[in-house]
Amino acid sequence: MFDIERWQEIFETLRKNKLRTFLTGLSVASGIFILVILLGFSKGIENGVTSQFQQDATNMITVWTGRTTKEYKGLNPGRYVQLKNDNFDMISQKYEDYIEYETSLYSIWGGTISYKGESGNYRIRGVMPDHQFIENADISVGRFVNQSDYNENKKVAVIGNKLKTDLFKDEDPIDKNISVFGMNFKVIGVFYDPGGEREENQAYIPISTAQKVFNAGDNIRNMLFTVKMSDNFDDAVALSQSISKGIEDQIKQIHTVAPDDTSAVRVYNTLENAKQIYSLIGIINAVFWFIGVFTLVAGIVGVGNIMLIIVKERTKEIGIRKALGALPMSIVGMILQEAVFVTMFAGLFGLIFGLASLEIFGPMVETFTDFIKYPQVDFNTALTSVFLLVFAGAIAGFIPAYRAAKIKPIIALRDE
Amino acid sequence: MIQIKDLHKSYHMGSNSLHVLKGINFEVKEGELVSIMGSSGSGKSTLLNILGMLDEADTGQYILDGFPIKNLNEKVAAKYRNEFLGFIFQSFNLINYKSALDNVALPLYYQNIKRKERIEKAEHYLEKVGLAQWSHHLPSELSGGQKQRVAIARALASDPKVLLADEPTGALDTKTSYEVMELIQGINDEGKTILVVTHENDIANMTKRIVNLKDGVIIDDSTVEQVRASQYV
Repeated sequence: MFDIERWQEIFETLRKNKLRTFLTGLSVASGIFILVILLGFSKGIENGVTSQFQQDATNMITVWTGRTTKEYKGLNPGRYVQLKNDNFDMISQKYEDYIEYETSLYSIWGGTISYKGESGNYRIRGVMPDHQFIENADISVGRFVNQSDYNENKKVAVIGNKLKTDLFKDEDPIDKNISVFGMNFKVIGVFYDPGGEREENQAYIPISTAQKVFNAGDNIRNMLFTVKMSDNFDDAVALSQSISKGIEDQIKQIHTVAPDDTSAVRVYNTLENAKQIYSLIGIINAVFWFIGVFTLVAGIVGVGNIMLIIVKERTKEIGIRKALGALPMSIVGMILQEAVFVTMFAGLFGLIFGLASLEIFGPMVETFTDFIKYPQVDFNTALTSVFLLVFAGAIAGFIPAYRAAKIKPIIALRDE
Repeated sequence: MIQIKDLHKSYHMGSNSLHVLKGINFEVKEGELVSIMGSSGSGKSTLLNILGMLDEADTGQYILDGFPIKNLNEKVAAKYRNEFLGFIFQSFNLINYKSALDNVALPLYYQNIKRKERIEKAEHYLEKVGLAQWSHHLPSELSGGQKQRVAIARALASDPKVLLADEPTGALDTKTSYEVMELIQGINDEGKTILVVTHENDIANMTKRIVNLKDGVIIDDSTVEQVRASQYV
C-alpha cells in the first residue's frame, strides 16, 4: 500500500485527469457537506426547542380548586373547595421522595403598590422559597424570598423588572420600602422572567406574610410541585401522571368532593404537553436522519456511478497496461487506491467545510430564531459517514475494476 | 525463439463455433523478421494475439525461448508479457493522458524499476526512434507516424525477446509507413526478432520471410529478398 512509485503513478494520473478528479471529489464533498449541515441543524432545532421548553420547568404539577358541581354524600353542589396549609403539608410529606420543588400560593390580583409618588396595581403573590426554581425567575439584583423570610413572616418583596421600572425608574430599589395596601415591604430583589413583561408585572412576598396581611388565615389558592425527572422520558410521564392522580384523589377525599367532579379540584400536569413537544423533536430528528441517510445513499450511488464510468473509460488503458505486463491485481489496486484517496480527501474536505460552516453560520442563524441553538454535529457520526462513503465508493469501484482486470487484454484493447 | 506445433483456436458465438486456426506449425529463429500475411479472416491477428499471450490457444504447443506457454496463471503471463514481448498495435494504444516519455517508461514501471532509471531508459529509446525533442508531448499532439514511433520505443523499452507488430502501418500513409518500416528494419538489424502482421505486399516484402495464412492454415512459408525501406524514404 505504501509504495512511493505507486503513489507517484496515482498522483500523476489524478493530475492529468483534473476534471474527473474534481467531479468525483465534488460529489463526495458535497454529499458529506449536506449531511453535516442537515445533522447540525437537526441538532440545533432539538437544542433550541428543548431549551425553549426548559424555561418553564417541564415536569410541573399545578393544583387549583373551584366550586363543586355535583352532589356528593349529601352535600350540595356549589360549595367552594378551600385549600388549606394542612392539605399542602400532607401532600408534601406523602410525595416527599418524588417532589423536587414545592410551593403553595396565595395571590392577590390587583394590589396597590406605591413608592414615593408613583403607584400602580400589581399582582401580589405569596410564595415559598422554592417558587424561584419552579417559575425559573432570574434574579437580576438582590435575592429571592428565602426560608427565614417565610418562617418569620417578614414583610419583604421581590419585584418584577417591569414593576421596578414603573416605580423606581433608575433608582436602586434594594432595601427601599414600598407600600402595599399601606403596609411597608422591604424590596429584597428584582427578577426577570423569560415569560416577558406580563410575568414581570408582579411582586412576590412570603406566603406566610401574605396570609397574615391579607387576613387569609391558613387558606391557600394553589399548589405547585415539580417532580424529579427520571432519565427515561416515558417513566417520567408515568410517574408524573400517577402523582397527579394521587394528589387529586386525596384532595377530593379530604374535601368530600365527588370523584368525577372535574371542576372542583383540578390537577394539571405539564409533562403531558412536554411529551408532545418531545415527540415532535423526535419526529424532526427522524426526518433529518431520513433525509441525511438518503443523501448518503445518493452520494454512495453517485460515487459508485462515477467509479463505473471511470473503469469503463479506462478499460482500454487497462488492456494496454496488461499488454505491457501489469498484474490484474495491481490494476485493481491502482484504481481502488486512487478512488479511496480521492473520496477520502474530498470527504474529509466536505466534513471540515461543513463543520466550519456550522461554526460560522450557526451563530448567525441563532440570532434569527430562538428555535435553533448550537447547531452542531457529532464528529464521530460525521466521520463514520465519510468512511462509509469511502468504503461504498471502494466497493462500487472494486467490482467493475476487478471485472475489467479479468478481461483478456485483447478484448480490452479492442474496446474503443 | 518461437516454436509452434499444431495450434488450434475456435471462437464461440452463441451456438455457432468459428474455427479460426486449424493446426498451425511454424518456427521463428532469433533475429528473424517475419511477416504474417493473409486476407481478413485468415486468422493472422488471432495467431499474433496467441503469440503475444493476449489470447490463448485451445490446443497445440507454443514454446517461447524455451518456456512452454500453456495454462499460465495471470501473474506469470503478465511477467512473460513484460519481459519477453513488445507490442506494436495498428491503433498505437498509447495512454492518452501520459506524455510520450511516460508512455515509453510504463513497461519499466511494471518491472519495478525506479523512476529515475525509468526516465533515463525511456529517453534513450525515444532518442532511438528520433523523438527526443517530443518527449513531453501528449499523444494527441503527435502525428500518426510519431505515435507509432513512440509505441515502438515503448515496445523496445523493456528489452523484449520478440517484437510483435499487428498491422503497424495500417493507420499510416505510404510515406510514413515506409519510415516506420525503416525503423523496424533497423531494430531487426540490431538482432531483435520481429513478427509483423500485415495485408500489404510492399510491407511484407520489406521483411525477410513471409508466412501466408488462408482459412486458418499456412499455405506458404518462404524467405524473400528483403526490400530496404530506406530507398523509398
